[in-house]
Amino acid sequence: MNIHHHLDDATLLSYAAGALPQGMALLVACHLSWCPGCREKMHQAEALGGALLDTVEETAMAEDALEQMMALLDQPDSKAPVVTELKRNPAAQDSAVPGPLEHYIDQPLDRLSWKMLAPGIRHYDLGIKGEGSCRLLRIAPGTAVMPHGHKGNELTLILRGSYSDEFGRFRAGDVADLDSEVNHQPIADSGEDCICLIATDAPLHFNSIVGRLVQPLIGL
Amino acid sequence: MGKDNNEAGDDVNRVVENSALKVARESGEMQQQWSAKLVVLGERKDRAVFAELFSHFAPRLKSYVIRLGLPDAAAEEVVQEAMLSVWRKAHLYRPEKAAASTWIFTLARNLCIDRMRKDRYPMCELPEEEPDPSERHAGTDSLVADRISAALSRLPEAQAQVVYLSFYEGRSHSEISERLGVPLGSVKSRMRLAFDKLRELWGDEA
Repeated sequence: MNIHHHLDDATLLSYAAGALPQGMALLVACHLSWCPGCREKMHQAEALGGALLDTVEETAMAEDALEQMMALLDQPDSKAPVVTELKRNPAAQDSAVPGPLEHYIDQPLDRLSWKMLAPGIRHYDLGIKGEGSCRLLRIAPGTAVMPHGHKGNELTLILRGSYSDEFGRFRAGDVADLDSEVNHQPIADSGEDCICLIATDAPLHFNSIVGRLVQPLIGL
Repeated sequence: MGKDNNEAGDDVNRVVENSALKVARESGEMQQQWSAKLVVLGERKDRAVFAELFSHFAPRLKSYVIRLGLPDAAAEEVVQEAMLSVWRKAHLYRPEKAAASTWIFTLARNLCIDRMRKDRYPMCELPEEEPDPSERHAGTDSLVADRISAALSRLPEAQAQVVYLSFYEGRSHSEISERLGVPLGSVKSRMRLAFDKLRELWGDEA
């Protein structure tokens, strides 16, 4: 995979710290599964967590903690992962679905129950709880998404097809890592639907009145 | 609001100073020693070695987990779970990839998030991945870990703050922005600068 747009260092650092909201963490994990360069950086960022662990103050464990611990060692591992279960997920057969996303969908992208958002735009909510939102967006060729800015961060990972906006052309594997400073209007610019994963940590801010009016209805 | 911000800042600064002192004491040799012990644990499930690792790491993990927001009793449980993972997964540990503290940190981080969010922290799991040698820095990661600790203590205060709030308290960019009373963009640029500076200081020689 030929990736041209990567994660922001600030995003990678937060991911390594375990400080990203769930949806954004999912998107980062998906990009990492495709991008060796960002993976290498992520390992460096995790080393920071290790160094901090070396320097943190100690908090005493309960007196019998070690004793209890030793008694647990011989118990069988009840949480051992069931590998076969994942292998049977049809979503895993779709090469446009990165590994970490397989935990959240059970069908290939084309067979998901997409819901209409606007003409030419469909979405599939991944139902992730917590701060922000996380969804798949499917944009028909030639369709422009309403211009919008962000109150917080917005991460977009292209899974299939491509789009162009003020920042360039984004193809499968590319990630757009945008914050509150920017406004953009992506347009699906190839012959096939552009399918992307989008995660935010705050609601989007549409520039037009129409955008703001429909926002509560479509739940963006 | 302004008062809270100052208090938050002072608190973090104390942590930063305190840690800088401890970094000076904690030598790279110690870190390598723990990595070597973890390798031994993976090779032969030695209960005495495990007890040593537990005594060293459990109280540190407990501080970390409490900082992330779990109450004392839950923190004990998570630490126990994390150390049980250390026992069960030690054979998967590769000292050339990460220092023992880094590896144990990631186990605890994931377990902690799994518990707090009731959902697993998304990870990219690549079995037996071999990174491109050209992208790897010289020397073993245990050595690098030593340099990381030293570099951490040399970060400018504003940058150290965002690193500590991220790693020790699990704060998102927007939470840090609110807490310190600075715009989101500034939080992110401080984090970028910190990461750049750290990588420069710990010698990305390749």
